[in-house]
Amino acid sequence: MSVLLTAVATLGVIGAGSAAILYLVGQKFKVEEDPRIQEVQDALPAANCGGCGFPGCASFASACVKAETLDGLFCPVGGQKTMGEVASILGQKAPVSVKKIAVVRCNGTCENRPRTNLYDGVSSCAIASALYGGDTGCSFGCLGLGDCVDSCTFDAIHLNPVTMLPEVDEDKCTACGACVKACPKDIIELRKQGPKSRRIYVSCVNKEKGGVAKKSCSVACIGCSKCQQACPHDAITIENNLAFINDDKCRLCRKCVSVCPTNSILELNFPPRKESPQSPKEEEATVTV
Amino acid sequence: MLKTFRIGGIHPKEYKISAGKAIQPIAIPDQVIVPLSQHIGAPCQPIVKKGDVVKTGTLIGKTVGFVSANIHSPVSGTVLKIDKALDASGYRRDAVYIKVEGDEWEESIDRSKTLVKECILSPKEILEKIAAAGIVGMGGATFPTHVKLTPPPGTKAEVLIVNAVECEPYLTSDHQLMMEKTEEILVSIAIVMKAINTRKAIIGIENNKRDAIEKFTQAAKAYSNIEVVALKVQYPQGGEKQLIDALLKRQVPSGALPVSVGAIVQNVGTMFAIYEAVQKNKPLIERVVTVTGKNMKNPCNVLSRLGIPVSVLIDAAGGLPESTGKVVSGGPMMGKALASTDIPVTKGTSGILIIPTLEAKRKSMKDCIRCAKCVNVCPMGLNPSLLMNLTEYEIWDRAEKNSITDCIECGSCSYTCPADRPLLDYIRLGKGKVNGIIRARKK
Amino acid sequence: MVVSPSPHVHSGDNIQKNMYGVLIALIPAFIVALYFFRLDALIITACSVLFCMGFEYLIVRFIMKKEPSIFDGSAIITGVLLAFNVPSNLPVWILALGCLFAIGVVKLSFGGLGNNIFNPAIAGRIFLLISFPAQMTTWPSPVTATSVDAVSSATVLGVLKHSPESLPTIMEMFLGIESGSLGEMSAVALLIGLIYLLCKKIITWHIPISIMAVVAIFTGILYIFNPIPMYNPLIHLFSGGLMLGAIFMATDYVTSPMTKRGMLIYGAGIGVITVVIRLWGAYPEGVSFAILLMNAFTPLINNYTTPKRFGEAVKHG
Repeated sequence: MSVLLTAVATLGVIGAGSAAILYLVGQKFKVEEDPRIQEVQDALPAANCGGCGFPGCASFASACVKAETLDGLFCPVGGQKTMGEVASILGQKAPVSVKKIAVVRCNGTCENRPRTNLYDGVSSCAIASALYGGDTGCSFGCLGLGDCVDSCTFDAIHLNPVTMLPEVDEDKCTACGACVKACPKDIIELRKQGPKSRRIYVSCVNKEKGGVAKKSCSVACIGCSKCQQACPHDAITIENNLAFINDDKCRLCRKCVSVCPTNSILELNFPPRKESPQSPKEEEATVTV
Repeated sequence: MLKTFRIGGIHPKEYKISAGKAIQPIAIPDQVIVPLSQHIGAPCQPIVKKGDVVKTGTLIGKTVGFVSANIHSPVSGTVLKIDKALDASGYRRDAVYIKVEGDEWEESIDRSKTLVKECILSPKEILEKIAAAGIVGMGGATFPTHVKLTPPPGTKAEVLIVNAVECEPYLTSDHQLMMEKTEEILVSIAIVMKAINTRKAIIGIENNKRDAIEKFTQAAKAYSNIEVVALKVQYPQGGEKQLIDALLKRQVPSGALPVSVGAIVQNVGTMFAIYEAVQKNKPLIERVVTVTGKNMKNPCNVLSRLGIPVSVLIDAAGGLPESTGKVVSGGPMMGKALASTDIPVTKGTSGILIIPTLEAKRKSMKDCIRCAKCVNVCPMGLNPSLLMNLTEYEIWDRAEKNSITDCIECGSCSYTCPADRPLLDYIRLGKGKVNGIIRARKK
Repeated sequence: MVVSPSPHVHSGDNIQKNMYGVLIALIPAFIVALYFFRLDALIITACSVLFCMGFEYLIVRFIMKKEPSIFDGSAIITGVLLAFNVPSNLPVWILALGCLFAIGVVKLSFGGLGNNIFNPAIAGRIFLLISFPAQMTTWPSPVTATSVDAVSSATVLGVLKHSPESLPTIMEMFLGIESGSLGEMSAVALLIGLIYLLCKKIITWHIPISIMAVVAIFTGILYIFNPIPMYNPLIHLFSGGLMLGAIFMATDYVTSPMTKRGMLIYGAGIGVITVVIRLWGAYPEGVSFAILLMNAFTPLINNYTTPKRFGEAVKHG
């Protein structure tokens, strides 16, 4: 009996002593933290995707609490709703930001852009682009090896096995920017999603002279500047033989799409045009994802 | 016991099927394309424009900055245009297109074949001539030679090491050059020793080139301070760090230059180009290229002007065989696979290797079985299996700690791996990323 | 034309060549086992191999839903080594359980070849030893010219622990005239296998030699002060599973360290633990547990050791 008592007493004393030490050490080395940081963090979607530019939601919450104003701080996953909640916790004005979406600016499908060699290295765009310009004649175009697909944490981009190009899922994309960073050829861009999810963009990043670009891909931008001349809103610039549509100025009038001789400008989610005898190519230009 | 380097190494089959084939010239086609970036460093600035008439040896591209090299016209004719062309980098970069008309050389160039032994120039003048001639490392690295021969202040070379190893399988261009131009190479060694103020030179030759070892040993007797050393055959002995370890038993520390252990290494082809530049006023406009492959009808060593598309060289060796899988510029271990045979010969093209279809595709990779064979063969003492994993998971700080930047990209790891893992592909990627991080940190 | 990054040639080495090389190195030991245990040796080995391959195929195909690669040689080696670690009269159903544990739990549940932490054969043997102690410790005598009648006897180590007066001679142990499991018998046969593995560059000398050296030195030091058979280094080297463990089990690629320094530390650790268990532990045989314990340390050893880097060597003139 006394053995049992001794055992219980000894262990009890050791346990209590350890608990006391842990408590004292915990108090001494406690990190003081603003309780609002935890409140803000709870309001965030907890995706830890890095789309806000910070390494994780906790870091973003801390930045919001410490900042004077919420301008420039935006969680693309939670969007306007989440920023509104954060603003109300901190007693600040909610920042306004436009919904963006990732856009793949290349339409070099297997049909448009024939393969000239066979790539047999590792299936990684980063490795292939360090080796050479790709398995087609266009050294600017999409390599189709899927680094963007691997980088997406929202399952919003997938490689189409027929065209060998990535396609963005409009509902899932949060414009966090991971695919933009992952693409070694700067093909993916974050653009305004647009009213009714409509947008117009130049689906090419080839900076070669027009003749050379067209030889490798039938829908390349040849820098002819017909679109620039047609645009009534001054939204198109031509630089390095490549046209670029500024989505702040673009009013979605579609005049550029109809004049492009290589069908390089794409319009997404528009209703089909009325039948017009002299421009059957507009049917090909409309692409609905 | 033959000397060799002490860490790692592999023994791929040598396949020196073009050995002993005399160097034959290549007929110049109607048009040449001369890329403006044939060296490490900034691409050249073109100093000719469309319509200009040039002679063989005319300067057409000037250096930009210190680490750069001049480019001269390899042919005589009219400049067609300055435009982009696909080169060995895999991308289209600026090049000078020249329409060939005859073969008229610049008057200053001495085209005679007589050996000129004496050199009365000062070291500074020698280096200026080397720089003016646009000489770069012709083993394949293409580092501007005048930069290499100008060591940083405070360092001096005790030994000039001539890299006559040619460790890559299939390649024989250096070997043939050594047999045909022995005396010229020895003269250039004396010239370079004068230029860098060194009293000793060692020529390292692998033991599979016994005829070259004997010829050079005999000829070097006329010189008091040139030693010829036969080395055990092992890859990658031609890597300058490995060669210094083999010949001098000194290992260049990580991140340091070879001159920090007192050695400067030059490829034997570069040495011949230096002879021609200093003694004959001839800039670098042509080089010996091995055209070879198991199925080639006529594997040979050719003397090709720069700018000639490799398709012309392949035709000289009997044409592209039916079952061609890959066309590689360089050797099979470190050479670059070409996407097209229109790509021109440049200063660093040591060979064109045609690999048959059956050997061209890789086997599918399996999980690492942790056999550590890659660790055993790595000549820099790295752990390639670990570095591949770290790159895949993007753990850059650990990759840096494990010396990923020391990798010389020799390919011994991928060659050896029984699980067919593409170790070098990932390590190259990781090396680039870590170097970028280090550069950003220094700023 | 095909375009891929360098290198554009390969040595031709593959997993099969290495695994089948190990099997060839085990042939001398197998011949000895056949000589001493006749049909039993054949049955045990064949059943073990078939069970291992069969379980691997079934689990990979139907549970993991992947392509099975049972002919890459690794399942065959696990089968052979497990067979060499058990008594020749072990009931086949117990052997099957051992194979199931080795392949299913120790190898495949961790992810298959390349991903397991513990050596499947060793872990299988220990599983059987702990679950079926009686059947795993009755060792039939080998069939020799002199002792045809004996049914079962203890192994050398068992004798060493409990009745050291009746030990076989050193030469008998070296050649294999002793009681033991199938593979433990002849040090000569195993050493022939070691030479084959070294010549074919399938393994390096670091692990086997460091294990044997540490065992010899540790017991040797004790022997100098107290020369009883219990401390005799030669007895320790040639008896029990030390040779088999040092040459074939500890050198398993997946569960041993990847750097030479790490391998030496690993081998030393196995040597020390083996001797400690043999001399002062409850079990007569310590190699299995030693290898298993050091397997657990392998990731740590890999993290803290690096290969000899180029540039680390002292510059000579």
